[in-house]
Amino acid sequence: MGDMTAALSTAVELIVSLDPHLAEIVGLSLYVSLTAVIISTLIGVPLGAAVSMLRFPGRKSAIIALNALMGLPPVVVGLVVYLALSRSGPLGVFGLLYTPTAMIIAQIILVTPIIAALSRQVITDLWSEYDDQLTSLGSSHSRAIPTLIFDGRFSLLTAVLAGFGRATAEVGAVMMVGGNIDHVTRVMTTAIALEVSKGDLALALALGIILLSISLAIGAAAQIFKDRSELRNSS
Amino acid sequence: MRILASIALVASLMFGGVANASDFITVASTTSTANSGLFDDILPKFTAKTGIEVRVVAVGTGQAIRQAQNGDADVLFVHHRKSEEKFVKLGYGVKRYDVMMNDFIIIGPTADPAGVQSTPNVTEALAAIYKGKANFVSRGDDSGTHKRERGLWEEAKLDPRASGNWYREAGAGMGATLNMAQGMGAYALSDRGTWIAFKNKQGLTIVHEGSKHLANPYGVILVDEKRHPHVKTALGQKFIDWLVSKEGQTAIAAFKLKGEQLFFPTAH
Repeated sequence: MGDMTAALSTAVELIVSLDPHLAEIVGLSLYVSLTAVIISTLIGVPLGAAVSMLRFPGRKSAIIALNALMGLPPVVVGLVVYLALSRSGPLGVFGLLYTPTAMIIAQIILVTPIIAALSRQVITDLWSEYDDQLTSLGSSHSRAIPTLIFDGRFSLLTAVLAGFGRATAEVGAVMMVGGNIDHVTRVMTTAIALEVSKGDLALALALGIILLSISLAIGAAAQIFKDRSELRNSS
Repeated sequence: MRILASIALVASLMFGGVANASDFITVASTTSTANSGLFDDILPKFTAKTGIEVRVVAVGTGQAIRQAQNGDADVLFVHHRKSEEKFVKLGYGVKRYDVMMNDFIIIGPTADPAGVQSTPNVTEALAAIYKGKANFVSRGDDSGTHKRERGLWEEAKLDPRASGNWYREAGAGMGATLNMAQGMGAYALSDRGTWIAFKNKQGLTIVHEGSKHLANPYGVILVDEKRHPHVKTALGQKFIDWLVSKEGQTAIAAFKLKGEQLFFPTAH
């Protein structure tokens, strides 16, 4: 119980004092996760829509694979990316290990299946709703994709937020490929893991509270944006 | 168009992040040196003098050695002499330098159910835990501390893994292992540095210390460029030279936590 109250007051203290070290860690977390989510969205949404709308051999397997890949364990992704980027690995010449770029790559692999699988569901549901309309307008399956993505953009936002949540919350992959190097690759989750291992549970929990607040703020901002846009569209 | 622009923006951010890397070296080291705060204390002094940034990846000794063997570090800074010598012998490292030492201690619950505190040496201490089947948390992660702990059981001619579930292998770093010992009221082997820096000690205390067997020497090795041509040999050697110089050794000796000196220079 003592840890809990100490954590709360530490969290408030850190935020109020605008601790520069903390700001750096939060900034890097946001940079890595936002970059990964933007790229994952650019890949995942069209991919999900294509799997939903196009008919090709192996489509069923693709759907099953996408759904299964949503549950990729971060530490496995971290290990695979580590082996690939290691100096002894196939991509070692680029020297990307222990850089934010390596962390972004790992998070893209984690997040893209989530966004793709959820997008596929959104698009499939929309299509069953508008099937008759779009077909009567002479739209083919493939040509309906951009319309459906545009129409489903608010539901797709939820898919993107789910991906963002995964990216900011995972620790296994970024720890492995980033190395938790102070001022270089230390993000919120790896900083929390470090403080736990130092036995400073109050500071670790305080960082956790801050991480949660940031996720809440971003979720709230997205919700407000969504509500306003929908309101504007309906009026 | 907007999508293209954002791709370009993202790409420039990604590659910008790589391009602005200045003079730095990567050091594969152990959790004990990083978690105790030693690096936070001495590295800025080195960087201020040379302009070389030192990026520390703190993992267990076993993992640190593997990283260095893969060429993912310029300098290896760990504490398990046998493994270090093997690393050099296999041609991965140039030369091993003595840097500093501290010692291992056995920590345990203040009530000391196995009666470790009355034992005269580390062999007897482990035997008491073994006989009492008192909970013991092992690192279980192939780290320097773990290797040493297994060595101590062997010297005592005891096999804790074969005798019930009081011996728990955490597969975790020193701090996480101490957290488990604290939660379970268990015994554990720890390096003194991590223990002094550790903040979650309630109910735990040092139950055995001071045996000759428990010295914990640290060595530093430059990764050999013959094996990994991209290794920053000049910068890495500069770091090693500084560590074993009078200045570096003084900095190590000057590092104190709660009034206690954690590491003792051994380079001279």
